Amino acid sequence: MVARAAREIQPGMVVNLGIGLPTKVVNHLPANFPVCLHTENGLAGIGPTLPPDEADRNLIDAGGAYVSTIPGSAFFDSATSFALVRSGRLDLTMLGAFEVAANGDLANWKIPGKFSPGVGGGIELAQKARRVAVLTTHTDRAGNSKLKAQCTLPLTAQACVVRIFTDMAVIDVGPNGFTLVEIAQGVTVAEVIDATDAPLHVPDTQLPIF
Amino acid sequence: MKLPDKQTSVEAAIAHVKDGDTVMLGGFGVPGTPFTLIHALVHHGARNLTIVKNDANEPNMGVDHLLQSGLVSRLITTHLGLNAHAIELMNSGQIKVEFNAQGILAERIRAGGAGLGGFLSDIGIGTELAEGKQVIEQGSKTYIVEPALRANVALLHAARADSFGNLAYVATARNFNPLMAMAADCVIAEAEAVLPLGGLAPDDVHTTGVFVDHVAALGALSKEYAVVQR
Repeated sequence: MVARAAREIQPGMVVNLGIGLPTKVVNHLPANFPVCLHTENGLAGIGPTLPPDEADRNLIDAGGAYVSTIPGSAFFDSATSFALVRSGRLDLTMLGAFEVAANGDLANWKIPGKFSPGVGGGIELAQKARRVAVLTTHTDRAGNSKLKAQCTLPLTAQACVVRIFTDMAVIDVGPNGFTLVEIAQGVTVAEVIDATDAPLHVPDTQLPIF
Repeated sequence: MKLPDKQTSVEAAIAHVKDGDTVMLGGFGVPGTPFTLIHALVHHGARNLTIVKNDANEPNMGVDHLLQSGLVSRLITTHLGLNAHAIELMNSGQIKVEFNAQGILAERIRAGGAGLGGFLSDIGIGTELAEGKQVIEQGSKTYIVEPALRANVALLHAARADSFGNLAYVATARNFNPLMAMAADCVIAEAEAVLPLGGLAPDDVHTTGVFVDHVAALGALSKEYAVVQR
């Protein structure tokens, strides 16, 4: 699924990969792929992640991983970093999710009473990137679907998600709700429908398998 | 003409913090966090502080020492995910926490430092972060009024400084430091090296010393500045 999500990144894009699963997408990009990765704490042009013994103590990404620069990288302050985000310079962001609703609502920052570490830069990424994709397991650890008719948790942003990559499927989010567009190897359409807590439109045509 | 000398010691500089002050701390995670000034502030013991920082570092690091010391009553921040201790203090009501969207916090500080009263933004509309905030219509759009944020004191970390307080940051240690440098009544910078005048070329200065009141040279860096071993 991470490898499939990596194919969502088009040459020339400015991309922000959220904390967690989305950061692993970078490992699936071809060498010398022309893309500019942005991180909220003030870097455009993220280079490879480094092990502790090679790390620069002053050079991290927003998730705290030690990263590096590449030729052409630039550092900037936090106001500039979010000016870039809010003014629509991000072509794509990939974010994790607790819940995604059929209208594109995203909840990924707070579970009242259980998890409330603060929203960080997530709201601005979700609300202002030109394209918001979610990368998540289809169900949570208890087996509940993360794809719902409506979100039950506090929202990160309204109607922002346009595509979801899960371990079972690629699902587009549009005016008609969820539409199945690709399916993972070894998974049946019935299983995807069963694991989705909202109506799922299934095209008549043969679904690509990833 | 000659630019004034603002060099002082960490201890002398931190004495400017008073009980009840709002104190901004630079840094995003380890990079740019003024660990030495924070230790001095814990030792100084000013109480009932409101701290403004992107995050609360990690347990037993930086901001966490301030929280553990009981000197902090309120924290204005964006994310506490790496500090379970801070989340405990918040959940048990021992500190009040105000969460801001990260870029909104940065921009509120920038506005405070730019002599503005605030700004209009649509970030968070339709979410609980917008609840209770003033909203206005401008053109055909709805905006939240985000007030500027200033502090009594800002504590900053720079890689290099000169004796006038010109500052230069490195890599992602820049983050909130140049914004907070503009947004406090008393601005104190610790620097890994404080150079004589002329030691920083004019084009290499990220924060003009005009904004900086006191600059203190650091000796050998403590372990807190080092790469975190996870």
